[in-house]
Amino acid sequence: MTDLLRPRAIGAPLERLDGPDKINGTARYAFEHPVPDPLYVHPVQATIARGRIEDIDVHAAEDLDGVATVLTHENAPRLATDSDAELWVLQSPEVAFRGQLIGAVLAETPEIARQAADLVRVDYRREPHHVVLRGDDDALYAPEVVNPSFAADTRDGDPDGAEPAVVVDATYTTPMEHNNPMEPHATIATWRGGVLTMYDSTQGVHQMRSRLAPVLGLDPERIRVLAPHVGGGFGSKGTAHAHNALAALAARVAGGRPVKLALTRQQMFALVGYRTPTIQHVRLGADRDGKLELVTHDVVEQTSTVQEFAEQTAVGTRTVYAAPNRRTTHRLAALDVPVPFWMRAPGEAPGMFATESAVDELAEACGIDPIDLRCRNEPAVDPATGLPHSARHLAECLREGAERFGWAGRDPAPRSARDGDWLVGTGVASATYPGYKMPGSTATVRYRDGRYEVRIGAADIGTGTRTALTQIAADALDRPVSDVDLELGDTALPTATVEGGSSGLTSWGTTVVEAARRFREKFGHDPADGDEADGAMPEEPDEQRYAIHSFGAHFAEVRVNADTGEVRVPRLLGVFSVGRVVNPRLVRSQLLGGITMGMSMALFEHSVLDPQFGHVINHDLAQYHVAAHADVADIEVSWLDEHDPHSNPMGSRGVGEIGIVGSPAAIANAVHHATGIRVRDLPITPDKLLGG
Amino acid sequence: MNPFDYVRPDDAAGAVATVARNPGAVFLAGGTNLVDHLKLGVSAPELLVDVSRLPLDEVRELPDGGLRVGAGVRNSDLAAHPLVRSRFPALAQALLAGASGQLRNAATTGGNLLQRTRCPYFQDVTTPCNKRDPGAGCSAIGGHHRDAAIFGASPECVATHPSDMAVAMAALDAQVRVQGPEGERAVPVVEFHRLPGDEPQRDSVLRHGELITAVDLPGSAPRSVYRKVRERASYAFALVSVAADLDVADGRVRNARIALGGVAHKPWRATRAEGALRGAPVGEQAFRAAADAELAAAEPLSGNAYKVPMTRGTLVAVLRDLVEEAR
Repeated sequence: MTDLLRPRAIGAPLERLDGPDKINGTARYAFEHPVPDPLYVHPVQATIARGRIEDIDVHAAEDLDGVATVLTHENAPRLATDSDAELWVLQSPEVAFRGQLIGAVLAETPEIARQAADLVRVDYRREPHHVVLRGDDDALYAPEVVNPSFAADTRDGDPDGAEPAVVVDATYTTPMEHNNPMEPHATIATWRGGVLTMYDSTQGVHQMRSRLAPVLGLDPERIRVLAPHVGGGFGSKGTAHAHNALAALAARVAGGRPVKLALTRQQMFALVGYRTPTIQHVRLGADRDGKLELVTHDVVEQTSTVQEFAEQTAVGTRTVYAAPNRRTTHRLAALDVPVPFWMRAPGEAPGMFATESAVDELAEACGIDPIDLRCRNEPAVDPATGLPHSARHLAECLREGAERFGWAGRDPAPRSARDGDWLVGTGVASATYPGYKMPGSTATVRYRDGRYEVRIGAADIGTGTRTALTQIAADALDRPVSDVDLELGDTALPTATVEGGSSGLTSWGTTVVEAARRFREKFGHDPADGDEADGAMPEEPDEQRYAIHSFGAHFAEVRVNADTGEVRVPRLLGVFSVGRVVNPRLVRSQLLGGITMGMSMALFEHSVLDPQFGHVINHDLAQYHVAAHADVADIEVSWLDEHDPHSNPMGSRGVGEIGIVGSPAAIANAVHHATGIRVRDLPITPDKLLGG
Repeated sequence: MNPFDYVRPDDAAGAVATVARNPGAVFLAGGTNLVDHLKLGVSAPELLVDVSRLPLDEVRELPDGGLRVGAGVRNSDLAAHPLVRSRFPALAQALLAGASGQLRNAATTGGNLLQRTRCPYFQDVTTPCNKRDPGAGCSAIGGHHRDAAIFGASPECVATHPSDMAVAMAALDAQVRVQGPEGERAVPVVEFHRLPGDEPQRDSVLRHGELITAVDLPGSAPRSVYRKVRERASYAFALVSVAADLDVADGRVRNARIALGGVAHKPWRATRAEGALRGAPVGEQAFRAAADAELAAAEPLSGNAYKVPMTRGTLVAVLRDLVEEAR
C-alpha cells in the first residue's frame, strides 16, 4: 500500500493561482511571447488526397513584397530521419492526404505570408484516393497493439458458440471528430547558435523535444521548449505534429530570426489529429435474469497511410463487463487521410457509447431496470486482467446517481412521458477510465529566501495543474500553499511526462511527493538557504497487484420535439469514483467539461470528410458544431468520498477524461426512452428522430 | 487575403458613386460575412467602401403603422426595438435566432439581407463552386448537401440563403429600399433574392453600385412568429425555419403569410400553402394539407430529404401554435 499524504491543502477548493494573470491578459500563450523581429509562417497545403507534386511554382509568392522565403520540398533543409513519417515534412513530392504540408511562406507579416501562400501554384499527378471507412474493406488489418499498448484482440471461452437466452446484436457507429481547443496550435521557433528554442502550445514540453530531436538531428539538450500556459488540448497537443517540424525548418532558414506559426482553425482539421470514425459490432447475451454470458465487441476504424494510430475502442468493455464468453477485436484500414490521434478518452469515449447503448438494449430485452442489470453484473475482479480492483465503486456511483437523479419509479416504457410538443426521456450509462501513471518524471525542491521552489517540466493545459500540484507539494513539504512556488512548462526544468491519459497529476504529484520526501530526509524541517533535493517517480508495486480504474455513472434527461426532432438536454448528472479529490473546484470543472463534451459528441460533433476531395469540409466552428452555452442547462457532478490506497500518495486518480466516457450513451438511451427510436449512429441529429 | 484599399464616404450618394465607378469595389457594413470571405479568398475586392457609419441607423414609423428600418441598424438594436417587438414579433424572434450576441451587435439590416450562402464548398476555394467561380461545377450535388435547398435549386447550384431575418421580412411583405447611380427604387424582399438558375453567382437583383438604404415593414403583424429548427440551441444556421402570420376569423383562415428558411436560394414564400389555407377551417387537417401543398414542389437530394418531413412538421406546429395563441 502506498504511503498516503495527510491531506491539508489537498481537498481545498483553491482558486487557480494563475487565474488573475489569465483574467488580466498577462498569462502568455504560445503565440504571444514577445520576440524581436519575427518572421511569420503560413503553410501551403496539398489540395489532392493522393499523388505526387509534379511542379511547384513559387515565383509569384517570392516576388511579393515582404516575403523572405518560400520553402518547398525542393529547397527545404533535409531532416535527419524519415522514421517519423508524420514529421517528415517538405522532404518529398509525395502527397499522402489532402491538407498535407507541402510548403511554407516566411514573410514580414502574417497577412503577406497568407497572401503569398495563396499564390503558390502546384501541379500534381493525381492518383485515386481511398478515404471512406467501410466495415467490409478488403484492406482491414489487425494492428499489433492498440493505443497505447493494449492487445488488439482478446478472447475468453467460446464467443461464437455461446447461445444465451437473450441476445442483443447491433452495430453502432461514431463519426470522425476533431479537437477544437480554444487556443489553436501555435509555435514560435528560433534557431540560433545551433540551439532551437520553441514557445509551443503543447501538453508536454519534454515530449515535444524528444520527438523533434531525432527528426532534426539535434541533441535534445540543444532544443528548449517552453509552454507556461496552454489554452486547451484534449489530446491534440499531446505530441509534436507536422507544423512543429515545419516551424523548426522555417527557423532553420530564417537567419536567426524567430518564426511565428499559428495554425488557422481550418488547418487544424488536417494537421493535429482527430478521433477516428468507428464501426462497432456489439453482441451481448444474458440469461433471463440479465446475467451476462456473452460479450463481443468488434471494432473497425481507420488510420492513415503515413503513420499508424490504432484507437483502443474496445478496452473499456474489457474492464466493465465480465462474461464466460468474450471477444474484443480491433481492425484498421489505412486510408489516404490525415493521421488520427488522441481525443479526450481515446477508446473509452467511442467504445463505451456502443457498449452502454447495447447494455440498455439488453436491459429492455430482459425487462430489467438498466441500473439493476448493471449491478447484477458487477465482477469480483477486473475482467481484463484478473487482478483485484484498487477501488471498484461503479455500483455505488449508479445507486447514488439514481438517488440524486430521482430514478426510482421511472416508467421504462418508451414514449411514456410528454410535455406539450416535447417527448421526455431519461437514460443511464456507466463510465470507466484507467488510472494511468507514467514513469519518467523528476522534480526538484529548493529552499530559498524562506520559500520552497518546486520545479518540474509538467504541463498546465488549462486544467489547473499549477494549482493542484502546488497543493500536493505543500502537503508533501508540510508547509502552507503560500510558501510554495511551482514552476512548470519548460524543458529547462526537470523532465516530466505528458499531460495525457488523465495521468498528469498522478505522475507529477507522485514525483513531487518523492522529491519533497527526499528534501525533508536530507534537510529536515529547518533547511538552509539554497538547500536542494531532487526525486524521480518511484516504482509502485501496487500497480502490478491491482487494476486501477476510475468509474462513474451518467444520468440524462432529454426532450425531443415531436414535430421537428430537435433534442434538448435539460438535465445531466454524473457521480464518479475518482479517488481522493485534490481540488474540488478544479475537479468539478474537469468533470463538467467532460460531460459537456460528451453531450457535444452525442448530439453535434461530426467531421464531414468529403469523399470526392478527401478533406473535412466543415472545417470551422460555424460548421463543426460543438455544444454552445445555450445547449448546457443543468449539469450536476459529484464524487464518492473516498481515497484510492493503491494509486498514488495522494490517493487520487485522474479526472480529465472520465467525464466524457458514457455520457453520449446516457443521452442516446434517454432519446430512446423519450421516442422509442434507438439511434446507433452518432451524432443524434433531428433528421434521425423525425416521424418518431 | 489580398491587399485592398479602403474609403469611408460621408454620405450614401458618395458611397454609391464610389462603388459605381469602380468595378472592383464593394460596400462594407458590419463585416461579419465579408471579412470572413476576404480571409478565405472567397472575395478579393480592390476597394472597400465603408458604409457602416452613414446615417442609416434609425427606425422610424411610417404613416400606416409600419416601420422604416435603416440599413445600418444593427441586428441587436432592431431585435430589441420596442416597436419591432410589439408590431413584428416574428422579425425580432428571427433576429435573435441568428448568429451570436457579438455578431448581432456588429451585423446590419442591409448586410444581413446580403449574407452569402454557407454552403461549405462556396467557402472553400480549393473546391469547385459555380457560385464562386461560374462554370467550375457544383461540388455539393455529388457531395455534402445536408444543408442544401429543396425548392427552386438548379443543376448549377443547390445553395440556401442563410438569413433568418430575411425569412421573417419575406413573410411580412417587407420592401427593400435601394439607392443606385440612377436613383432610388424599392424591391419587395420576396423578389430581392434570386433563384440560382444558370447564374448562381448572382444572389440578388442588386446591380453593382446599388446600396440598400432601408427596409420598409408595412402595417403590423402583432401575432406573427418565427420558428427556427437546428441541432444546437444557438449559433447555428437553420436546418429549416418558418415565419408565419395568420389571420383567423370565425374558425376559418382569412389570410396566411408564410415564408420558409433553409430550403431555397432565397427566403421561400410558401404561396401554395397560403393558398391552401385561405378560407380553410383551422385545424390539424388543414395545416397538414397546406404543408403538403407546398412540399409537393420539393425536389430534395439524397442528403437533405429529411428537410421535407422536417418542414412539414415545423410548419404544422407553427400554425397550430398560432391558432392556440389566438384563442
